[in-house]
Amino acid sequence: MSSEPKTLFEKVWEQHIVVDPKGEPTVLYIDLQLVHEVTSPQAFEGLRLAGRKVRRPDRTIATVDHNVPTTIEGRLNILDQIAAKQIATLRKNCADFGVELYDVDSREQGIVHVIGPELGITKPGMTIVCGDSHTSTHGAFGALAFGIGTSEVEHVLATQTLPQSKPQTFRISVEGQLPKGVTAKDIILAIIGKIGTDGATGCVVEYAGSAIRALSMEGRMTICNMSIEAGARAGMIAPDATTFAYLEGRRFAPKGEAWKRAVAEWSKLPSDPGAKFDRELIIDATTLVPYVSWGTSPGMVAPVTDRVPDPADAPTEQERKGLERALEYMGLKAGTPLKEVEIDRVFIGSCTNSRIEDLRAAARIAAGHKVSSHVSAMVVPGSQAVKAQAEKEGLDRIFKEAGFDWREPGCSMCLGMNPDILSPGERCASTSNRNFEGRQGKGGRTHLVSPEMAAAAAIAGHFVDIRTWNVNEEVAV
Amino acid sequence: MQPFKTLTALVAPLDRANVDTDQIIPKQFLKRIERTGYGEFLFFDWRQTPTGEQDPTFVVNDPRFKGAQVLIAGKNFGCGSSREHAAWALSDFGFRCVIAPTFADIFFSNAGKNGIVLVRLAEDQVNTLLQKAQTIPGYQLTISLQDQTVTDDAGFKASFEIDPFRKFCLIEGLDDIGLTLRHAAALDTYETKHDEATWLKAK
Repeated sequence: MSSEPKTLFEKVWEQHIVVDPKGEPTVLYIDLQLVHEVTSPQAFEGLRLAGRKVRRPDRTIATVDHNVPTTIEGRLNILDQIAAKQIATLRKNCADFGVELYDVDSREQGIVHVIGPELGITKPGMTIVCGDSHTSTHGAFGALAFGIGTSEVEHVLATQTLPQSKPQTFRISVEGQLPKGVTAKDIILAIIGKIGTDGATGCVVEYAGSAIRALSMEGRMTICNMSIEAGARAGMIAPDATTFAYLEGRRFAPKGEAWKRAVAEWSKLPSDPGAKFDRELIIDATTLVPYVSWGTSPGMVAPVTDRVPDPADAPTEQERKGLERALEYMGLKAGTPLKEVEIDRVFIGSCTNSRIEDLRAAARIAAGHKVSSHVSAMVVPGSQAVKAQAEKEGLDRIFKEAGFDWREPGCSMCLGMNPDILSPGERCASTSNRNFEGRQGKGGRTHLVSPEMAAAAAIAGHFVDIRTWNVNEEVAV
Repeated sequence: MQPFKTLTALVAPLDRANVDTDQIIPKQFLKRIERTGYGEFLFFDWRQTPTGEQDPTFVVNDPRFKGAQVLIAGKNFGCGSSREHAAWALSDFGFRCVIAPTFADIFFSNAGKNGIVLVRLAEDQVNTLLQKAQTIPGYQLTISLQDQTVTDDAGFKASFEIDPFRKFCLIEGLDDIGLTLRHAAALDTYETKHDEATWLKAK
């Protein structure tokens, strides 16, 4: 039987259609729901009120990440009573409904989007949801993964399905070799800068091209993670040998014959030659550079060698007002070279950039240097497993000797729901994903960068072009 | 969910694009485990002056717009975090309809689950309405979901598109889980077969 060439997204979508009622959204089966403390309490409460159960506890996994303090003392005694109650509520909900919880003291604990992949729970071809917009991260494995609201969390808990309207498809091909010092983070910042924060609204983006194929799984996760910052419903990357090598042997990956069967099935997923996308964009990787965000929206980015833009150059009155507002909030003057912007804080962490490869890259830059006297810098590993691996490799020692704080895993200062926040006016070089007003603390000023750029900024006290950095090879791991 | 048919109400203008859910409801209010009571925290940071007092010039504090049930804003409203608390805060504050050129996907879904009608109009129409709301005291709009129109009493009339099923659910105030469970038998059959795909198991 011949059939039309299909995209990766279409294959995963079609395999998960439970029923497609005429004139209504498709009822899509969900293979995995990840649950955390912040967006789940009202969903479990809804189940209780309606007398419903969790349909598939075996397809539901919970952890605590958003609220948890990142110091040992802080975790033992959470002073924020409202946060403590929310965590206690998740414990009770998981116990009552039979959901496995990787609690604050478990060796599996970490940011949901870090632990799913590293435990081998995330797999190619799956549908994955979580009450968190950065669920798009898991698309790096060729899964269809997207963030949902709390009513939808409840819906999936109750039915293991979601009614969904079929999104459009958008292929972004990044072709060519990435220049030295330019990372996956720079690819996605460049894409968002180019297409805007609503550039992919209503779409599932498939990232393709030789520059994407050449990335590690960590790099691919960084890219898919920030798909939502371009407005995309999800981001996906076709599974390949890199994907399988990452997954093989992980705790919940199939073993033996089941592994072979799984690889055979997953190998059918990549988009067929000639498959049609609703939209296409090609980016030349060789033209990319390290980027820094300068405003209050992830689309407000520029090459580190550029200057803060001038609102007077804006094409419309509304955009001019938006730029003026952003620069006022950020405390920046038009025309200032980005390399001269001094910082107060550095945050290396978040579901975007807290994996082992990110920490290795940052440690390589920091090795043998000292954090600037006017900068306070912290490294927050994405999970207990990342932390343990980094300590095994001596990365923690490099960071600590350079003057970075070495913390316990969690979302931390990406969104500042725990005690890790910026003070009003403080300026931070951050490896996270959002530079919205107040995101890292009321009045705080966030600049999004790669882990390498963040580490270098910590040491120099201002942004630097990482391409000119001299790595201290004698002490770098 | 409260059914939505026709609404005639005061309009509040928020002339900003890319209003993200961190602004609609900041993080510190996401630690609560309730579904209600978020209205007083709506646009928490924007409602305050740098010194921490209530800013009477910000739209939801401005006495001219007290009791508004329609919010008008710039493009890409509701971008960012998936927090449904943003929809809860708007609804709890009293907004039943938001008009903007475009909305972010997850917010769009969350709003629908809470009976908030999101109306997409062309940018120039939104700009017209923003200006009217800012300059005409007590400016009201009528939103008819049945007819898919936005009108005022001075001759403004615009039509909007909405997915027919979403429209039906909003008008009837229907609960999604109940709707899905109409397909319980199909779900059981699908799930039994789907479970054979061991390569798609979580654990």
